[in-house]
Amino acid sequence: MADLFEGYPAGTAWDEMTGLVDGDDADSPWRSQYAQLRATMAHLSPQEMRARGDALARSYLAQGVTFDIGGEERPFPLDPVPRVLDTQEWNTLAPGVAQRVRALEKLLDDIYGRQKVVTDGVIPRALITSSAHFHRQAKGIVNANGVRVQVAGIDVIRDDEGGWRVLEDNVRVPSGVSYVLSNRRSMAQTFPELFSSMRVRPVADYPRRLLAALTAAAPNGVDDPVVVVLTPGVYNSAYFEHSLLARLMGVELVEGRDLFVSGGRVYMRTTEGRRRVDVIYRRVDDEFIDPVAFRQDSLLGCPGLLGVARLGNVSIANAIGNGVADDKLMYTYVPDLIRYYLGEEPLISNVDTWRLEEPEALSEVLDRLDELVVKPVDGSGGKGIIIGPAASRAEIDEARTRLRLDPRGWIAQPVVQLSTVPTLAGDRLRPRHVDLRPFAVNDGNDVWVLPGGLTRVALQEGQLVVNSSQGGGSKDTWVSGPSRWTEESAEATDGPREAPALRQGPAVDTHPEARPRSEQHEQQQQTGAGRRPSTATPEAPTC
Amino acid sequence: MLSRIAESLFWVGRYVERADDTARILDTHLQLLLEDPWVAEDLACRSLLAVMGAPPPEVGPAVTPARVMQTLGYDRLNPGSIAGALDAARENARRARETISTELWECLNTTRNDLASAIANRTTSEYFAWVRERAAVAAGITDSATSRDQIWTFLVLGRSIERADMTARLVATRAVAGSSGPSWTTLLRSCGAYESFLRAYRGSASDALAAEFLLLDPLFPRSVVYALRQAEQCLVSLGEGTDRSSTESAVRILGRVRSGLEFRPVGQLLEDLPSEMEEVQRACSSASDAVRLRYFPTGAHDDWGVGL
Repeated sequence: MADLFEGYPAGTAWDEMTGLVDGDDADSPWRSQYAQLRATMAHLSPQEMRARGDALARSYLAQGVTFDIGGEERPFPLDPVPRVLDTQEWNTLAPGVAQRVRALEKLLDDIYGRQKVVTDGVIPRALITSSAHFHRQAKGIVNANGVRVQVAGIDVIRDDEGGWRVLEDNVRVPSGVSYVLSNRRSMAQTFPELFSSMRVRPVADYPRRLLAALTAAAPNGVDDPVVVVLTPGVYNSAYFEHSLLARLMGVELVEGRDLFVSGGRVYMRTTEGRRRVDVIYRRVDDEFIDPVAFRQDSLLGCPGLLGVARLGNVSIANAIGNGVADDKLMYTYVPDLIRYYLGEEPLISNVDTWRLEEPEALSEVLDRLDELVVKPVDGSGGKGIIIGPAASRAEIDEARTRLRLDPRGWIAQPVVQLSTVPTLAGDRLRPRHVDLRPFAVNDGNDVWVLPGGLTRVALQEGQLVVNSSQGGGSKDTWVSGPSRWTEESAEATDGPREAPALRQGPAVDTHPEARPRSEQHEQQQQTGAGRRPSTATPEAPTC
Repeated sequence: MLSRIAESLFWVGRYVERADDTARILDTHLQLLLEDPWVAEDLACRSLLAVMGAPPPEVGPAVTPARVMQTLGYDRLNPGSIAGALDAARENARRARETISTELWECLNTTRNDLASAIANRTTSEYFAWVRERAAVAAGITDSATSRDQIWTFLVLGRSIERADMTARLVATRAVAGSSGPSWTTLLRSCGAYESFLRAYRGSASDALAAEFLLLDPLFPRSVVYALRQAEQCLVSLGEGTDRSSTESAVRILGRVRSGLEFRPVGQLLEDLPSEMEEVQRACSSASDAVRLRYFPTGAHDDWGVGL
C-alpha cells in the first residue's frame, strides 16, 4: 500500500513536520510531535483518506458551516491533517499573545484618554489622527471594568527557523473562532483513533470564557446582566459564527432592528415586551453600529446606542474605535509600545516592516517592489495585498503610483516564507503554507488564550495568501496535552490493578416473553417432531 | 384492547426510547473520551457499563471504548444494547402488527433490516446519528399519526417510563465516575438539553443548575420529572388514580418518586445522587411491573401441569 507521506518533499520553507528547509539533510529525524500522527495516517490508503475528507465536508454542509464567497454558500474547507503544537511551543506562543493584548489594551486606553504615549514621544500624533479607525466619537466611552479588547485574534506565522512572528493584530471584531470549535468536533468524529492516542487540549471552554468576559464588562450595579450578540444578519459571511456563539453562550442573537433606545437605556423587542440589554457583543463594524454617530444610512445598527454607552448604561464589546490599535502602521510600533507600557521585552517579534512615510524607506521599497509584499494599513481578509514576486508588471506599476500618492495607507514587508504543514493534495500529503490565529479573551483580570487557534492553509501549491476569501482552507490545531498514559503506566508497576469501587446500576427491564426460544415460540411455529413449517403462512397463524 | 397487544405496544415504546437514549449517552461519553486528555479511559468505560446495568467486565485488562460499543451498541442478543433494543422493538411491533399503523411498522421493520449494514458500515458517530434519526421517525409517527386512544397511551407510557429511567442513569454517570466523569455540559448535550438549558439559564452554567434542569425542569421533555409526569398522565387516562383502594399501583409508585424529587431541596438530592437515581430506576422498574400485573395479565403461567 502506498504511504501517504511517500516522497514528502523538503519545500522552500520551514516545515513543521520535518523541521527542515530545502537543502537540509533529509535523513535527520522528523519532529516528535508528528510521530503519532504519521504512524496513524501512514496506515490509511489514499481512498480511505479521501473518504474521511469527504466525511468532513459532508458534516460541514450538514452543520451549515459555510462561508459566503460572492453570494454562494460553500463548506469551509477543512483539511483532514491536523497541525500539532507541543506543550513547549504553545508555552512560548500563548504568553506572547497575551502580552500583546495587554499592551494594546493599555494603548487604547491611552489613545482615548490623555495620549501620554504621544507626549512621551513613543508614537507621532499623526499616526493616531490619520488612522481611518480612530473615532473621536469613542472618547469617553469605557466599560465599567475598563476592558476594550474582550476578544483579540493575533495572527502569527513562523519564520525560516520555526520562530514565531506576529503578522497582524485584530482587536476590532476578529472572526474565525467558530471554525476552531466546529473543526474540533468534526475531527474528533472522523479521526477517533488519533484523539485516543494523542491527548489534545480541549477548546470547548471558549464560549464560557467569552461569556464570563462579557459579563465582567457589564455596567456597574447590574446584578444579572443581559448579554446579547449583535449580528448584521443572516447574509453576513460570518453569520454561522454569530449564531454558534450565541447558542453556546445561551444568549439572544439580535439584529440592529431588534434593539431600540429609550430613556438612556437599550432594550430589545420580545414577545413579553421590552427587555433591557446590558452587554452587547457586537459583530457589526464601527461605521454601521449607530447611524446617529456614524454612517447615517446604516440599517444594521441601533440609533442612539453610543449615547447610552457614554452614559455607562450599556457595555459594547469590543469597544468602538479599537481599529486604531490594529492599524498596520501602528503594528510597527507595537514592540516599542510593549516596552513602554509593560516594561517588558516583546516575547514574539514582528515581521520586519518598512514605514513608507519615511522617505528613505519609501524609495528603497519603490526600488525593490518586485521582491516585497505591500499591504493596505486598514485592510482585512487579504484584500489589496500585492505580493511582488507574483505580481505582473502592470500591477507593480500601479502599486508604485498608489504608494507614492498615499504612503500613510501602505506598509511593505519582505516576502515571508510561511511555514508549511502536511496537507492532503490529491492522493498524497504535501507541504502547504499556513498561518495561525490564536484567540485571546480578556475578562479584566486575566488574558486567556484558547489552546490552539485557527490555522488557515493555502490549498494551492506555493500560494502564500491563506484567507478563506482567497481559496484558503483551515486545519484543526492541536496543542498536545500531558499524556494520560504516563500516569497509568506508573501505576501499573505497582502490581495488579485494583478494581475501582463501582456502583452497579440496576439491570434494564426486558419484555418477559423475550426469553430466547420459549416453549410458546416452539409451539407457535408448529414444527414439532420433524414437521416443516408451513410455507404459506410464515408468521404465527394460530394461538 | 387485548392485553397481549397492549403489552407489545408498551414495549415498543420502551425499546425505541432505550435505543435512542443509549445512543445519546454513548455518543457523548465516547466523544468525551476522545476530546479530553485527562479522562482515565478504563475507569470511565467501566463506570459507563455499570451505570447502564451491563454485567461488570472481568477485572484485569483495560476496558476500551470498543468494548463498550460492542456491549451497549452492537450486541443484538442483549436488549439493553442499541441493536438489541431495536430488534426487540421490531419483534414487539410484529406481535401487534394488526394494531399499529403501517407507517410505524415499516419504520421499525426497515430499521431492523438496515441494522446489520449500519453496524458494519457506519462509524460510531454516524451509527448514533442514524439511531437517533430512526427513533425520531418512530416518535414522530407515533405523535402525528396515532389517535389518542389506548394504542397511543401504551406506546407513550412505555416511552415515558423508559425515558425517566434512562435520564436517571445518565445523571448517575456524573456522580459515579467522580472526577473523571463527564461534565454536566456533556450530560446536557447527550440528551439534547444543552441548548435548552443555556437558554433557560442564560449561559450561567453551574452544576447545581444543570442537575436541577435534568431532574426537575417542568418544560423539558427529557427531564426526569417531566417524563414521570407524562407516564402518570397516561396511567390516569387509563383510569388509574381515581380509586381510593389501598393496593399499590403504578401511578402511586411514580407519583411518590416524582414528589420525592420535586419537593425536596436540590442540594439534598445532590448529596447522594447515585442512590437517588437508583431510587428512580427502581421505581420505574416496579411501575413497569405494576403495569404488567394490572393490564397485561398473562395465561402463560397457568400451566396445565407442565412445569416450566
